[in-house]
Amino acid sequence: MKIVVTVKLVPDTTADKRIDPATKRLVRTGETVLNPFDEYAIEAALQLKEKLGAETTVTVVTMAPERGKEVVRKALAMGADDALMLSDPGCEGSDVMGTAYALAGAIAKNGFDLVVCGTQSTDAITGELPGALAEFLGVPGLTYVRKLEIDGTTLRAERETDSGFLKVTTGLPAVVSVTKSINEPRYPSLKGIMGAKKKTIAPLTLAELALEHPIGSGGAKTELVALTDPPARGKGKVVEVSSGAEGAKVIMDFLHAKKLI
Amino acid sequence: MDFELSDEQRAIQSLCRDFAQSEVRPRAEAMDAAAEFPYDLVKKMADLGLMGLPFPEEYGGAGADTVSYALAICELARVDASTAITVAAHVSLGSTPFFLFGTEEQKRKYLVPCARGEMLWGFGLTEPQAGSDAGGARTRAELRDGSWVINGTKAFITNSGTEITGGTTITAITGTDERGRPELSNIIVPQDTPGFTRSKQYNKMGWRASDTRELAFQDAVVPVENLLGERGKGLHQFLKILDGGRISVAALSVGLAMGAYDEALKYAKERHQFGRAISKFQAIQFKLADMLCEIEHAKLMVLKAAWEKDTGRDFAMSASLAKLYSGEVSGRVVNDAVQIHGGYGFMDEYPVSRMYRDQKINEIGEGTNEIQRLVIARLMGL
Repeated sequence: MKIVVTVKLVPDTTADKRIDPATKRLVRTGETVLNPFDEYAIEAALQLKEKLGAETTVTVVTMAPERGKEVVRKALAMGADDALMLSDPGCEGSDVMGTAYALAGAIAKNGFDLVVCGTQSTDAITGELPGALAEFLGVPGLTYVRKLEIDGTTLRAERETDSGFLKVTTGLPAVVSVTKSINEPRYPSLKGIMGAKKKTIAPLTLAELALEHPIGSGGAKTELVALTDPPARGKGKVVEVSSGAEGAKVIMDFLHAKKLI
Repeated sequence: MDFELSDEQRAIQSLCRDFAQSEVRPRAEAMDAAAEFPYDLVKKMADLGLMGLPFPEEYGGAGADTVSYALAICELARVDASTAITVAAHVSLGSTPFFLFGTEEQKRKYLVPCARGEMLWGFGLTEPQAGSDAGGARTRAELRDGSWVINGTKAFITNSGTEITGGTTITAITGTDERGRPELSNIIVPQDTPGFTRSKQYNKMGWRASDTRELAFQDAVVPVENLLGERGKGLHQFLKILDGGRISVAALSVGLAMGAYDEALKYAKERHQFGRAISKFQAIQFKLADMLCEIEHAKLMVLKAAWEKDTGRDFAMSASLAKLYSGEVSGRVVNDAVQIHGGYGFMDEYPVSRMYRDQKINEIGEGTNEIQRLVIARLMGL
C-alpha cells in the first residue's frame, strides 16, 4: 500500500510573522520549520505502516524551494521512506487551489492508495488544501479525522465536528486530513536522522508534471485585495476597589457581562 | 571558513532542543528538589539514540560526530545540567574507554549495551585523597590466581549507583614500573562483583538529579580479562579520556550559561520597576550584552575543539582552553542572571537559582580551573 503525506515548510512558529506590503506575501526569509500540523499526519502514516507491514511505503510530498529539503529530511528522519519535492520557480505565488492542483499532479504521477494531510498550515491557515486535493484527485476526502483504521481496502475514520464526531467508512484510494487529537508525533531518532541522508528526495519540475492549467501567481484564482494588521490590544481596564470582596464582585460582574461565566 | 552546520548537525540540535524543552524542562525543578534520578527520561533518550550518540552504528551508537554531541549536551544543559551530565558522563567517561581501548570482545559486551542506553557505566579515577593529584591514587589491584583482587575507595563517581548501572571502570595500581613508580591500569568492575559496594547518593549542592556515589572495594574480585586494554597504560588512557571529556563538559557549561541568559533576558523584559521594564535600563542591558558576548565566545571555542576532533586534528589544547573558559563564563553568567532577577533569583521557584547552584561544579569537575591552567601551560611546553 502506498501512503503519501503532504508536508509544508512554514516560518518558525515562535517567530513574529511579517508581510511584505509590496507583494502582500508572507516574508519567508527567516528560520523555517516543518508545519507542526504535518507531524501528526506523518505519525498517522507511520502508525499505519507499522500495522500494515513492510509492503506499505510512506512517501512525503512537498512543493517548496530547494531549502525545503531540511523539512523533508525531518519527515524522513521520523521514518518516511522517500520524498517527492516539487521545486520550480513557476510555483511561486500559487494560491491554495494552485498548490492543491500541482500536488495532486505529483501524487497522481507517483501513484497512491491513501493521502494523509495535516489539518492546516500555521502560515496561511486556510485548511482548504486537503479538500481541494481530494477533488483534484477525484477520490473521497475525509477532513478533521481523529481516528483512522485501514481494513483491506476499507478506510474507517472518526471525523471531528463542533458538537461531536462522525463515524464514516469509505473505500481506497482516499484523502484524509488528521487533527492534533489523533496521536502524539514521535521525535526523529538519531538513527533516523543519520539514515535520512541515504533516503531519496526525488526532484520534480512543473515540466515533468505537464499540468493542463497554469499555476503560480499567473494561475491564481484568488487575489489578496487588502491586508491589515490585527487591531492593537488596548489598555486593560483599571478599577480601584477598597476591599477584596468588592474586587471579586467587580471581576464576577465583568465576566458575567461578557457571558464568560 | 564555514560556520554552517550540516543538515544532520542541525537536525540533532533541533531534536535535542525539542526534547529538552518539552520533556526535561517541565521536570527540572522537581527533580532537583527531590534529588530524583530520571529513569524515564534516560529511557526516552536511549530510545532516541542519545546515550550512544558519537559511537559507530556497529557498536550500537548513532554514528554522529563530536560537533553534534557538543550541540546535544548544550541543549540539554540549557534546561537541566543534571540530565546533561548524566548523558555526558555516560558517553564521554563511561562508554568512551571501551571504544578507545577495549578489545573487540569488551566492545561487544560493554560498549554495545552502553551505546544503546540499556545500561549506564561509570568511570572511577578520583579518590578521597587523590583529586587533582590523580597519580596519587591508592586503590590497588593484585593479580591472584588469574583474577584481579581490588582494594580501595573511589569518590564522586557519576552514574555509578543507579538501578541501570552495569558497572564502573576504575583506575588502580597494578604494580610498579621499571623505575619503581606505581604502574596504573584501568579495570572493568561490573556492578555485581563480590566485594564491590556503593555508598548512598551524596547530598549535593548542584547536579542533584544526577547519580554520584562513593565506591568501596574490599577484596573485590574480577577475572583477569577485565583489564581494559594494556596493563600499565592506565595513566595514558585516562588522560586521553579526559581530553575528549573536556569538550562535553565545556559544552555543558555553555548550555548552562545559555539557559541562564534565556531566563535573565525573559525576566528583564517582564519585570517592571520605576515604570518600565528593567530591560530598558542600561545597567541591565550591559549585563545582558556581556553575557551574550561571552557565551558566543565560549560556544565557538567548544565547537572549534569538537571540529578539530572530528577532522582528526590534535584537539588537546582547544579542548582545555574551551573547558577552562566556558566554565568561568558560566560562573559569570549565572551570577549576573541571578543579579538581574534580584530577590526572586534567590528563590527556588525561579530556574536561575538552580542554575546558580548547578554551575559551580563546572569549575571543579573533570579538572579544576587551576589544574586546567596547568594542563594548558604544559601544552604550551612550559
